[in-house]
Amino acid sequence: MTRQKRSHHKLKRAVAPYLYLSPSLLIIGLLMLLPMVTVIAYSFQNSAVLRRDPSFAGLKHYQAIFDDPVFWASLWHTLYFTCMSVIFHMTIGMVFALMLNSDRINPTLRNILRVLYILPWLFTAVIIAVIWRLLLEPNGVVNSILMQIGIIGSKVEWFSSPETALHAVTFANIWAGYPLFMVSLLAGLQGIPKDFYEAADIDGAKAYQKLIFITIPQLMPIIISISLLDFIWTMQVFPLIWITTGGGPIYSTEVLSTYTYKLAFSSYNLSQASASAVVILLISLGLTLFYIRYQKAR
Amino acid sequence: MTFRIKPAMLKIAAAAWLLGATGAMAADTTLEFTQWWEPELPAGSLRAIMDDFEAANPGIKVTLVSGPYATTRDQISVGAATGTLSDVVGLDGAWVNNLNAQNALADMNPMMDASKFDKAQVADIIKVDGKAVMFPVASFVYPVFVNLDLAAQAGVTKLPSTRAEFLEAAKKMTHADKNQYGWVLPLSLQTPSGVQNDMMSWVWASGQSMMANGKPALEGKPVVDMLAFVKSLNDAGTISPGIATKTEQEKVEEFVNDRVGMMIDSLAHVNLIRKRNPKLNFDLIPVPVVENYTGKRGLPYASWGIGISAVSKHQEEAWKLVQYLMSEKVNAKLVSLANAFPGNVNAKPDFVTSDKAFAKAFEIFKTGYLANEFTGLPVAEDLMTQFDVQAQKMLAGEQSPEQAAAAAQKGWMAKF
Repeated sequence: MTRQKRSHHKLKRAVAPYLYLSPSLLIIGLLMLLPMVTVIAYSFQNSAVLRRDPSFAGLKHYQAIFDDPVFWASLWHTLYFTCMSVIFHMTIGMVFALMLNSDRINPTLRNILRVLYILPWLFTAVIIAVIWRLLLEPNGVVNSILMQIGIIGSKVEWFSSPETALHAVTFANIWAGYPLFMVSLLAGLQGIPKDFYEAADIDGAKAYQKLIFITIPQLMPIIISISLLDFIWTMQVFPLIWITTGGGPIYSTEVLSTYTYKLAFSSYNLSQASASAVVILLISLGLTLFYIRYQKAR
Repeated sequence: MTFRIKPAMLKIAAAAWLLGATGAMAADTTLEFTQWWEPELPAGSLRAIMDDFEAANPGIKVTLVSGPYATTRDQISVGAATGTLSDVVGLDGAWVNNLNAQNALADMNPMMDASKFDKAQVADIIKVDGKAVMFPVASFVYPVFVNLDLAAQAGVTKLPSTRAEFLEAAKKMTHADKNQYGWVLPLSLQTPSGVQNDMMSWVWASGQSMMANGKPALEGKPVVDMLAFVKSLNDAGTISPGIATKTEQEKVEEFVNDRVGMMIDSLAHVNLIRKRNPKLNFDLIPVPVVENYTGKRGLPYASWGIGISAVSKHQEEAWKLVQYLMSEKVNAKLVSLANAFPGNVNAKPDFVTSDKAFAKAFEIFKTGYLANEFTGLPVAEDLMTQFDVQAQKMLAGEQSPEQAAAAAQKGWMAKF
């Protein structure tokens, strides 16, 4: 082989992996990086999108959103909504997964429960929002039942009262999201070797001790992974809140996603909306990096 | 047998083709018309009107770019920013200020003057900074719908004409134990149009204004009185619960299901209401006014507006299309299809003679005047949202009508 041929072959070998990767890189660049970079650029422009010759604004729009008390309220609501959702998704998911994994429940009943418990996962966010709006409306079924059994004395405006609205949307989101945990944990439970429990039985361990010292440690990698993913996804929930409350009443259910949407499509302040979107991006990015580091460490 | 084509013949054919092609190019101007009306009209009806226009104006073709309202709004905003706005655009009054700020809409004043257009024939001309930027082609007015059976059961014999009478009637019709209320107020922040249709309509009905010298005047007596009136209705428990998240659609549902006695709603919903509850016995009345007011009543409305792109290369042809749609006969035909009221004051839609409810609404329309002060305001939807939040705070008992008006005024001034 001549020297020229050898160097040509070397070059081909060096370039080949990139050629294989190029379609994916192109798609990622077009569908992810380009929009992201564009939004970041908008956040530093005055009258972004709306003017053909937008001027440079520096950090003005970031300053404006940080000075806005509604932004901080939205951030707090987002954190409350997300943390409560993740905690309850995990708790309910774990309880149901343990129930479905238990030999003490009749197999037929277990299969029926399996279908029932997974139902919320089959509905789209819009349908979930409509279902809960109907159930929780002042003249709805929930108020009627709660009044009949004497828990409440008068009709509660679950979504329309500033005191209850945030809890109500969080509740609807918890109902919609626990099946992901349930399915993942059930798969994890089925993978725990029986020997561990048999050894524990021989040592005279009680049920709660087996749960604390065998089940939960064995499931911990799944719990952490799914919790992190759920945290990232829940932080960005938009349709459920938008359809049930629109961010109201007053600003009691305003979260970062509805705050950004209103800036963009109600105020037509696309520069400020971009700045708000970049803040959400940075928070999500931080969580994603944390998730990746955790996955690598495993 | 073989054919031999002589070069001369080829040249002649090429010349003829070129001539034909350029001729055709010169003759046909294609107008792009972006709107959300086509999906809301009976299938093919807007296209048929365009076909008639093309037949009446040889050499002009119209391409309809149609989509749902929200998509059209976004498309127009982006088109205005990038200089790719269609030649003719369907407009909502709430958008025109922003579009004008982007220099996206043509001033139709010179076109009207050049064509000696009779301005008296149109119901309204929307102007921003002195530029005529929009004509309302079809208007959907918002009268008060009254459930006559509920009114009769409550002993309301005379339908309310003043605010005091309305409050009394609402109180009589309210039976919270039976889930029955006098009035319904949708103030969802998702669609804050309730501020315009269900709140400010009380101000405009009495010939009053929320503006003064082109600036917001929310702390003035008209708006504060309206807020106090709405608060009194709420304090009396006459408003159906769930105000802060109620949408217009839910408002109509409650009326259809005999759960509210009165609502302010678009005339466009008459057929929907009849379809949902054919037995519902209802009547239409104008929005009640303040005591002793005898002047003309402002009638809240939403409209299908029309304008011309400032960057259109075919403004002359676009103006022909606008004129065509605003002409008496065509306008009557279009609004008859849409169950709307005409943009041309001489046009008479056919449904007003065939339908009692529409006939009554047409009378209300004829004796009053169209009023919607949000038309042409900057970021109209944002202004409604801000007012909505303050009204919600007032209804939640967190502030007085005066405080609500002052807070809304402060927010609005920042946008002007």
